[in-house]
Amino acid sequence: MRRLLVVDTAVRVLYHSILVLSLYFLFAGHNQPGGGFVGGLTAGAAVSFRYVAGGVDEVRSAFRLRPATILGLGLVIASATAIVPILLGGAVLEHGDVEFHVWLLGTIKATSALPFDIGVYLVVVGLVLMMFEAFGDDVATDEISGEAVSADVIAADAELPGHQRERRRR
Amino acid sequence: MFLLLTLHLLVGIVIVATGDRFGRRAFLVAAVAPLATVAWALGHADAVLEGRPVVEDATWVEALGLGLDLRLDAFGLAMTALVSGIGFLVCVYAYGYFSHPKPGTARLAGLMVMFAGAMLGVVWADHLLALFVAWELTSVTSYLLIGNDDRNPRARAAALQAILVTGAGGLVMLIGFIVIGQHAGTYRISELLADPPTGGAVAGGLVCVLVGAFTKSAQAPFGSWLPGAMVAPTPISAYLHSATMVKAGVYLVARLSPVFAAVAPWRGLVLVVGAVTMIIGGLRALRQTDLKLLLAYGTISQLGFLMLLFGTGEYRIAQAGVALLLAHGAFKAALFMVVGIVDHEVGTRDVRELHGFGPGWRPTVAVGVIGAASMAGLPPLFGFIAKEKALDGYVEHGAFTGSGAVLAVIVIGSVLTFAYSTRFVLGLLGRLGADHAERRSPTAHPPAAVFVGPAVALTVFTVAAGLAPVIVDRLVRSATVALQPGVTPSTVQLWAGFNTAFVLSLVVITVGVTLAVVGRPVARFQRRASQAIRWIPSAEQGFLFCLRGTLQGSKRVTAVVQNGSLPIYLAVILVVATVAPLIPATTVFPSLPRLVDTPIQIPLAIVVVVAAVAASVIRRRIAAALLLGAVGYGMAGLFIVQGAPDLALTQLVIETLATVLFVLVLRFLPARWADRSPAVALPIRLGVSALTGVTVFVLALVSAGARSSVDRPNISQEMIERAAPDAKGNNVVNVILVDFRGLDTLGEITVLLVAAAGAVTLARTGRRRASTPTPDPTRAPDREVSA
Repeated sequence: MRRLLVVDTAVRVLYHSILVLSLYFLFAGHNQPGGGFVGGLTAGAAVSFRYVAGGVDEVRSAFRLRPATILGLGLVIASATAIVPILLGGAVLEHGDVEFHVWLLGTIKATSALPFDIGVYLVVVGLVLMMFEAFGDDVATDEISGEAVSADVIAADAELPGHQRERRRR
Repeated sequence: MFLLLTLHLLVGIVIVATGDRFGRRAFLVAAVAPLATVAWALGHADAVLEGRPVVEDATWVEALGLGLDLRLDAFGLAMTALVSGIGFLVCVYAYGYFSHPKPGTARLAGLMVMFAGAMLGVVWADHLLALFVAWELTSVTSYLLIGNDDRNPRARAAALQAILVTGAGGLVMLIGFIVIGQHAGTYRISELLADPPTGGAVAGGLVCVLVGAFTKSAQAPFGSWLPGAMVAPTPISAYLHSATMVKAGVYLVARLSPVFAAVAPWRGLVLVVGAVTMIIGGLRALRQTDLKLLLAYGTISQLGFLMLLFGTGEYRIAQAGVALLLAHGAFKAALFMVVGIVDHEVGTRDVRELHGFGPGWRPTVAVGVIGAASMAGLPPLFGFIAKEKALDGYVEHGAFTGSGAVLAVIVIGSVLTFAYSTRFVLGLLGRLGADHAERRSPTAHPPAAVFVGPAVALTVFTVAAGLAPVIVDRLVRSATVALQPGVTPSTVQLWAGFNTAFVLSLVVITVGVTLAVVGRPVARFQRRASQAIRWIPSAEQGFLFCLRGTLQGSKRVTAVVQNGSLPIYLAVILVVATVAPLIPATTVFPSLPRLVDTPIQIPLAIVVVVAAVAASVIRRRIAAALLLGAVGYGMAGLFIVQGAPDLALTQLVIETLATVLFVLVLRFLPARWADRSPAVALPIRLGVSALTGVTVFVLALVSAGARSSVDRPNISQEMIERAAPDAKGNNVVNVILVDFRGLDTLGEITVLLVAAAGAVTLARTGRRRASTPTPDPTRAPDREVSA
């Protein structure tokens, strides 16, 4: 795949900035606009920049974990946040909070809603990555013969109504 | 009783789980469960025979009145004797049969124990639904046992046919059970029989129950699965398909007949079906050259006979049924064992390839001859007593319409039974051996003692019960009383005097001997007759016809409903999803709200409308996707104006990502829409779109107006107030998402996971070019059973 210097450079700057923004959304969400869902989507948007720059391989190289693993991890974290209060004798998803002072940053208030939001964040990121994985590769490979199938064959197939497609295959 | 059922299950699971480690010793392990049952039953026999049944109850789902109620009365004891007594002997026999175990042999043992447990469940259940569950479990285990040799296509086809027929019958029976249970107000069989429901619906339910019983007991026209099931190893056939499972239908008819025989179609239906089955089974048995198939058709014939005895509701005839039930279990299992021994040692069970046996075979041949004599009804064997009792019952107490005809059928059927019993004996003795066939049997190695032992034990019982009927008298009489409380059945005896029944027996024997002596012309006549009625479809053909019809029909329906056209799918979904909510929504249609709050909404609305219209008319796909994005951005703008930054933020990011993903997919499609759809499609599409738009608009108005009419109109206010103190968050939207409505969010992200998995699967299968051809289950290889 041909790569463009301008795009590459721009993405190098933008990608991490947007990721930081997404983390900001995630952590600020409880009090300001944002939250795990928006944060995850923003991270997904950042990933789409990587995709524009280098295709699906670039997306794969950006994350060490497989997309499905990220998604599952998120769901596990969110579910754990929901279940742990039951084990502690509370209601489902009951949240607790702590406040503490950090030098220079001032009072920090952390609630147990944050892990839940982190779970949501991971689920959304995993979902976006899975979509790139599923539809993002340039040439679809035939699962049975292993041959590369060019995009326009698939396209022509998708265009025809069912019965015509049957006829065409024969 | 629960302990025993659990024991069967556990032993079965252990044997299946350990695989082939035990080899054929698995059958000895398996024998523990039936042996324990026999011991337990003997311990309780006295009380049960005196009319005090053993009862155990367990509540399952109290609210639905579902219970695992078990009850062992004297008739149940007779069935238990069959299931567990023969079960134990068959286990020992199987140990001899599988002297060279193949992979999967041990599994047979495990499944057989599980089957025995399920069968005991049928016999012991005092609750219609519990009986149904156990009934279906016997079907399933029978399926697995027939198809255990899973590389043999004939075994697979036979197993499939067996489970399709009995399973379909079972479902019909379930309908009948529910109808009867609902009308009676109880599903307890004992209560039901004490206080039987009446009415037209109950009669319909009874017919449904009979269908289930007929399929299970291989009655005409459902009997074709039983000969097919003979591909199973002989111990399995001896146990399931002659002694126990096929008796389940008979058992049910016997249970219900005393009360329901007088209800309109019951007695007539049972008698007609039983009579047809008895004759057809006997005729077909006569034409078999395979000893095992001969016995299979003989079993069908005898099952028809049992139906004739139990279906009348007359206790003196039912008493003969109980005796025949025990007698048939003993002699038929022994005969199957003999056939298995012959097959095992000689390698064939075709009468044309048998030429008599060496001296070491005397016990085996004796068992075969005595068993066949009992089957034919010769004195002084148990089979004779049972048949005598049956004839006597019909002669003396057949006080219902058609009893004379049924008596004639029984006599003819008995002649046929005599004839095929003779054929069996002649075949076993080698008199039917063809000259050109290899003479293998005289030099065959005689079977081991453990192999013949069980059959000998059954034969000893047959002879003993014939010479001294007192040993079964109490059981038979108590069982009859258990079926119909309050009656006093006569004693079972070998010599009941020189009466009509004895004369009929003599007639049967005389005609049977004559037939056997002048066999050739009879056989010729029979061949001609069967040629003449060839145009009548057999049950086997009927089954295949139904199966093919079902498959073809479902293919047609699928072709119409799932025609592969995305526009049609979409139209159907949209119309259903919009029309359904639109109808109730119009009844609460509120007045139009204020349309414009601030002036800046007007240009935003124009952007949204223009982009939406453009997206629907433009012909380039990418452009349409971008225009949809523009609609979304416009909406985000409206959210900002309304003061909902969270919503706007989410909308913006979602639109961006959605557009990117759109483009990913659109790369695989042509740049433009090609207009290949027929002209009629355009107005339909416009109509569906308009309908959807209107519905969404109305629903938005209605749901916005509905907020003021709920009980707590200020719920949003309350959420805002409680967000900071209770949930420690100032962003109410986020607090709702993670706290107030956190469980919803959890559900939603789970849905995301499912959706992601679905999308990935869709993307992968969409690229699969060729599909593997699916095998046609009706194209089973030809069977030898269509003889």
